Amino acid sequence: MKPREPMNEQEDEGMRGELAKHDPAMDDVRARRLYQAWKTPKGWRYWSAVNNSEVGLWYTLTAFAFFLFGGVLALIMRIQLAVPNNDWLTPEQYNQIFTMHGSVMMFLFAVPILEAISILLLPQMMGARDLPFPRLSAYGYWCFLIGGIFVCGSLFFGVGPRGGWFMYPPMTTEYQTDVGPDIWLLGLSFIEIASIAAAVELIVGALKCRPPGMRLNLIPLYGWYILVVAAMILFAFPPLIAGDLLMELERAFDWPFFDVQRGGDPLLWQHLFWIFGHPEVYIVFLPSIALVAMIVPTFARTPMAGYGWIVLAAVGTGFLSFGLWVHHMFTTGLPGISIGIFSAASEAVAIPTGVQIFCFIATLLIGRVTKSVCLLFVLAGLATFIIGGLTGVMIAIAPFDYQAHDTYFIVGHLHYVLVGGTIFPIVAGFYYYYPLVTGKQLSERLGTITFWFMLIGFNVAFFPMHLTGLIGMPRRVYTYPAEMGFEIPNMISSVGAFVLGLGFLLLLWDVFRPKGKQPLVRRNIWNAGTLEWAARVPDMPWGIRSIPIISTRYPIWEQDNLLTDIDAGKFYLPDAEEGLRETIVTSTVDAEPMQCLRVPGPSFLPFMAALFTGGVFIFGTYHWWILTGISGALSFGTIVTWLWTGTAIIPEKDSKDVGLGLQLPTYVSGSGAVGWWAMFITMLGDMTAFVSLVFGYFFYWTVHESFPPVQFDGRVIAGPGVVWPLVSVGLGLAGWIAVMIARQVNRGDRARLFYATIGVAVCLALASASAMLSGPYRNGMDPTHHVYSASVSVLVLWTIIHLIVGVVMLIYCAARRLTGRMDAGQDADIVNVALFWHFLLLTVFITGTVIALFPKVA
Amino acid sequence: MSSDRSEPKPIRHRLWWIVIAPTLWAIHFLACYLTVAIWCEKATTSQNSGPPIAWIFGYSIVALAGIVYVGMLSYRNFRSGNPPLPYDFDDPNDRTHFLGFTAFLLAVLSAISTLFTLLVFLFVRTCD
Repeated sequence: MKPREPMNEQEDEGMRGELAKHDPAMDDVRARRLYQAWKTPKGWRYWSAVNNSEVGLWYTLTAFAFFLFGGVLALIMRIQLAVPNNDWLTPEQYNQIFTMHGSVMMFLFAVPILEAISILLLPQMMGARDLPFPRLSAYGYWCFLIGGIFVCGSLFFGVGPRGGWFMYPPMTTEYQTDVGPDIWLLGLSFIEIASIAAAVELIVGALKCRPPGMRLNLIPLYGWYILVVAAMILFAFPPLIAGDLLMELERAFDWPFFDVQRGGDPLLWQHLFWIFGHPEVYIVFLPSIALVAMIVPTFARTPMAGYGWIVLAAVGTGFLSFGLWVHHMFTTGLPGISIGIFSAASEAVAIPTGVQIFCFIATLLIGRVTKSVCLLFVLAGLATFIIGGLTGVMIAIAPFDYQAHDTYFIVGHLHYVLVGGTIFPIVAGFYYYYPLVTGKQLSERLGTITFWFMLIGFNVAFFPMHLTGLIGMPRRVYTYPAEMGFEIPNMISSVGAFVLGLGFLLLLWDVFRPKGKQPLVRRNIWNAGTLEWAARVPDMPWGIRSIPIISTRYPIWEQDNLLTDIDAGKFYLPDAEEGLRETIVTSTVDAEPMQCLRVPGPSFLPFMAALFTGGVFIFGTYHWWILTGISGALSFGTIVTWLWTGTAIIPEKDSKDVGLGLQLPTYVSGSGAVGWWAMFITMLGDMTAFVSLVFGYFFYWTVHESFPPVQFDGRVIAGPGVVWPLVSVGLGLAGWIAVMIARQVNRGDRARLFYATIGVAVCLALASASAMLSGPYRNGMDPTHHVYSASVSVLVLWTIIHLIVGVVMLIYCAARRLTGRMDAGQDADIVNVALFWHFLLLTVFITGTVIALFPKVA
Repeated sequence: MSSDRSEPKPIRHRLWWIVIAPTLWAIHFLACYLTVAIWCEKATTSQNSGPPIAWIFGYSIVALAGIVYVGMLSYRNFRSGNPPLPYDFDDPNDRTHFLGFTAFLLAVLSAISTLFTLLVFLFVRTCD
């Protein structure tokens, strides 16, 4: 991106005319330049916007639309279940609908809405102009939209998935051979990639894009929660992606991971799914409770009591939530002592979860509470969540779970948790932040009515389900016989569901009703203390006029003249002399300014990249391999173009004055750079997926008497041998050394030696990949023969793909240097690639040693 | 904004510090689970059906020792000097107090959770 020419007189005048009506701040030439740099594109180019305020808004609206779709599916189920022996829906239709209801609510609403709200609001709370990778956010959004439409659309063609939101094999592998499970596996894997992209963005955003002075002890609580949740996504989603990969390999290529006859085991899927699935519950709960943590102090008119305790709750819950997954598998016949371990952990997680609720209650008690619809929803959310939490403690006790498992008691429990812990706080968040985003307020009067409809409707719908379950009604049945005692509670639930639905209809009306005549709200309408309320009404595209120095937790309450000084451009980056979008990067712990980061502006590249990546998944679902290949090539080309033109750009000057006499570098490489962090975080997720595959290998070892077995189905089971995998490890190590040397010689500005070492590294990587393939190939391994062959093959496949990616990255670096886009001082590309190679070496090493040596010791 | 740009910060002044105790819990948890899962699948015979309690005690002593050590250092961190409750100003000492306090709380939670896991082995002694 070249620095733009200073704006011409005519453009300047036109803009001043357009804005002067409502904003005297535009008299300042610096403000006009800033506006010019950040203005939202108009007309059809609007869709090329990448700024957090646009992408966050689209994300929120899309997630909300999917929520309504999921809600309609729920109402259809309630109509079906209202009376016994109902044949309004066929079992096939009902199975598709309950599967889609769960999948849509979890994957297309609960997780995306947290990303949506965070992308929209986190930069504002941090006083940042944008998140560090706006185009990545846009890419994530478009992936989410395309994948979501694809998955939901399947329902209208009668080919929707029907295996439940957890898709248990062997039902989804052997008994559902239609395209439904593929749509689920590939469509949702595609969306999971968007979630991981958002996680990378939010972790780097929360750690590196805080305003100067905002040390760890001053971060808004929302930031803490989001940091924890994004880290959880990074470790929770990859096991599911690994599971999806295994199941898709079984469905498409007959690799028998879950086929018991050929040594597979469906329980591996349950482990991988629930290692994702249980943290997922907290992944959707914590961001919503984070909204509560922002709302409560505002309406209690006092800072949050027990800030440190809440951080304990967020971090503690984040950790403990990974030790609970087996409580979804209590009835699968695991050893009693394993069940005991997970039962105990499930009880322990109630401690941090409860701590934060006490903090909220304490804050409300010590404050001077003002009444509002937001607070009503917060209180309803807390009460409902506590009920769900208590039934959760009940079913964490294994003997009770044996009785309640797969009954409507569980349906009642999980809806109390998710609606109380997620939906009500999000509705509160809608009321709270609507004026910030739109400049208009939702109706308090209508809101109170909406509140009562929702609260009463919800409890009438879901409380009887506990009883229906205890009487013995199983989940996921399309109808039930009369005279079993299920009729009355089911009818009550159905009536309640429609009352709840009416509440959401009222909310929908309130959100979208025309508000042209309604006056704009005043700035900081709720008199809140956190930085997002520094936004002007109507808001300007730059986010914040100048990036302030923060010295308290509630700066608007506690720092004198803050808003006036921000508006007057007295803090950092009040100007955009070069016409570029800029924000400040600060240090992780103490938020000391480190870099003036140039962030990219509007582009259609993220949209194109998402479209083509979507093509790979969608065409792959139908096994249209040629189109899949074409999409893959186009996707690769688009992503490389995006990286080539938009990242690690050598700036026109090494440093710049960001205001208040502070000079900051404009280019940083290594561990201080946001790109390095993004690579590091992405690779942590990548390693988690890889470790899940390795876990699979060892899991099969535990379930087999001898692993690898000598013979199966009259044929000897071939292994990869010892030599070739170890040769691959050796070549991989040599390749890694070459990459490290290349990084050093680049720093020494020895260009020719750099190209030579890159060439050597490329050859070694390719040789390592070939050696890795040679083991299975020369020994005649057949991945479809037995689960041992399949689990070795999947590790080999994973490793080879990573080696090829490593090669592409090296060629990219050489090309960057050749075209003058990278040099000895500005070497972010090769430094980040070297980081990738550390992880690559680990992958090659683990794969090679496990497949070569473990059979010898097993 | 008073600065404390001096030498590289010791780990007790870094974000990593607060996750050490929960990480020890996680390692202990995983070690116990994997030991039991492998033992119950691979090592049980009709005479010997219990999991290896001695191993579990070993893990627990190591994990708890680590957690208590982190907890004690953190306690010292937030009790040292004259901390201005509730540590919410822009000062390096406040940040250190905050990190110490949070790390201490997390160490307490991790210790309780580790004991929960250990208790299971005291109550349940078989793989059945």
